[in-house]
Amino acid sequence: MTHQDYDRQAATEIIAGFDARPEMLVQILHGFLDRFGWISEDAIRQLAEELNVSRADVHGVVSYYHDFRTTAPGRHIVKLCAAEACQAMGSRELEAHAKTRLAGNDVTIEPVYCLGNCACSPAVMIDGRTYGRVSKERFDEIVDGLGGVRT
Amino acid sequence: MTTRIFVPRETAAVSVGADDVAIAIARQAKEHGAAIELVRNGSWGASWLEPLVEVVVGDKRIAYGNVAADDVPGLFEAGFLEGGDHEQRLGPIDEIPYLISQERWTFWRCGLVAPLDLGDFMAHQGFKAFEKAVELGPQGVIDAVKESGLRGRGGAGFPAGIKWQTVADTDGEQKYVACNADEGDSGTFSDRMLMEGDPLGLIESMMIAGFAVGASKGYIYLRSEYPLTHRILGKAIELAREAGWLGDNINGSGFDFDIELHLGAGSYVCGEETAMLESLEGKQGLVRAKPPLPAVSGLFGKPTVVNNVVTLASVPNIVNLGGDRYAAMGVNRSKGTLAFQLAGNIKRGGLVEKSFGVTLRELIEDYGGGTASGRPVKAVQVGGPLGAYIPADQLDTPLDYEAFVDIGALVGHGGIVVFDDSANMALQARFAMEFCAIESCGKCTPCRIGSTRGVEVIDRMMTGEDREENYDLLMELCDTMEDASLCAMGGMTPFPVRSVLKYYGEDFASAVGVDE
Repeated sequence: MTHQDYDRQAATEIIAGFDARPEMLVQILHGFLDRFGWISEDAIRQLAEELNVSRADVHGVVSYYHDFRTTAPGRHIVKLCAAEACQAMGSRELEAHAKTRLAGNDVTIEPVYCLGNCACSPAVMIDGRTYGRVSKERFDEIVDGLGGVRT
Repeated sequence: MTTRIFVPRETAAVSVGADDVAIAIARQAKEHGAAIELVRNGSWGASWLEPLVEVVVGDKRIAYGNVAADDVPGLFEAGFLEGGDHEQRLGPIDEIPYLISQERWTFWRCGLVAPLDLGDFMAHQGFKAFEKAVELGPQGVIDAVKESGLRGRGGAGFPAGIKWQTVADTDGEQKYVACNADEGDSGTFSDRMLMEGDPLGLIESMMIAGFAVGASKGYIYLRSEYPLTHRILGKAIELAREAGWLGDNINGSGFDFDIELHLGAGSYVCGEETAMLESLEGKQGLVRAKPPLPAVSGLFGKPTVVNNVVTLASVPNIVNLGGDRYAAMGVNRSKGTLAFQLAGNIKRGGLVEKSFGVTLRELIEDYGGGTASGRPVKAVQVGGPLGAYIPADQLDTPLDYEAFVDIGALVGHGGIVVFDDSANMALQARFAMEFCAIESCGKCTPCRIGSTRGVEVIDRMMTGEDREENYDLLMELCDTMEDASLCAMGGMTPFPVRSVLKYYGEDFASAVGVDE
């Protein structure tokens, strides 16, 4: 994942891409997430100014949705499906394995409640790509292929 | 001669290597000097066979299952381009039992067509239903939907025709169609498969809905967990717009309609229709009190049809073939077909579109082939995280909205998650409460606080602390959540919990220390 540092000009462009419509706030935040990787205090302040809404309004939306993380993510983002279909195929064990395997690496691990890949459980999403039938061995293979993760 | 080869570009197929297979096929073809046309279709729904590759030989599409990139050189050596024999050869796609025994009313184009090829879509009845709808007129369309008996496939099962009539009858200059593509239930993926396999079909469905109720604008609220779907759907909307199938005066009909695609942001409650509308307005996904119904006061306070993807996508054939044809399928008040999704611990997982009335056993055993692990089925959760766990001795229950209510369960969006006998069901009851605590929008107290208390009570039961007293407390908590929550999140979280207490009470004693 390549994210840029926060940049007011880039942020303004993203907001302008949605015509600075306040009802597009969730979509604009996705634009921020794609570009910067997370939603900073600076971002919230700028959004409030340019959309002409209160900072509390923006903060409320940011903090409501799981997607809008407010701290910088690691070099890679690993989302482990923790919902029922994957539980039925050993996602709890896979989670424990993944946490051990990735300990000490610059990787953000998050649970996700369903990737919609339930016929190929357990599923994980790494840097925006969904993987299915992820055994512990397959998880290690995928992770070994990521840049900057110790083998 | 150019050989056509189909390799799905669909999340499940891609998640197990379909992109790599496509690349390997292109490379091998080049090495062999063979002219091929690689078509990235949607999935037929037999996820257990993915990546499922097809080669067109004469008038047949010969399928090869579970193809890995490493298998491709061997396939070429076996004469794969001529449909040659190989251990992975499944035969013609239209002879695969899993597929031919289905009743594909809604998903008939999935797998068959190239999803982002407008010409291919048009060659497969594309926009024919819209043209017919214009002939029938708005009320004619609504009458056909009413006659079909189609009910909301998102989970609530509300009759679609009545909803459409309400929106059509409500005064308002601006009305909306909001397509709920926030498919959050674990064990479900039918919306995703449809959007990836037949996105133009969904667009046509929304056009018909808009035409019927007098709405000029449609929204699709797609969950962010589906990035590939987002790309495909976004491209399909662009294609339709460029060709004049979205925009002003569509096909000379005088009808204007356009679609805006929105992404959710990881909130389960946003699949609830009023929370979804709030989110579409750029706000927190807080559930609204009903009434007013969205059909009267929905998006931005305007009359809005809110329907699930599969509900909408069932309409074109209802318009084309007649509501009576749809109503002739199914049982009792559950008319037509449902795209069941076999998931979790199952050998042959995937999408099975069948008429209502099929039993859980037929789906799990005949289609699904039993558990993936080969162990006995212990429990089946139907209808997502708010659905009850159904024990193995109730597998003969027919899939029918009312029959499921009778056993304290729900059909929901048709997701079927199978657990084998190694599952500890107390952990599943705990998870139901935990999930509610994580996902509650926080607007009403029974859901926001009750779910957290529920986790605590279950934890005490698992450690054996005052088990009977805590059992009574948990039942009382379930009553409160069911009776006093604003929406199904808090109101139905007790369903899986109660089912575990009823059928798997012994698991509480053995759950100590299993988790965390």
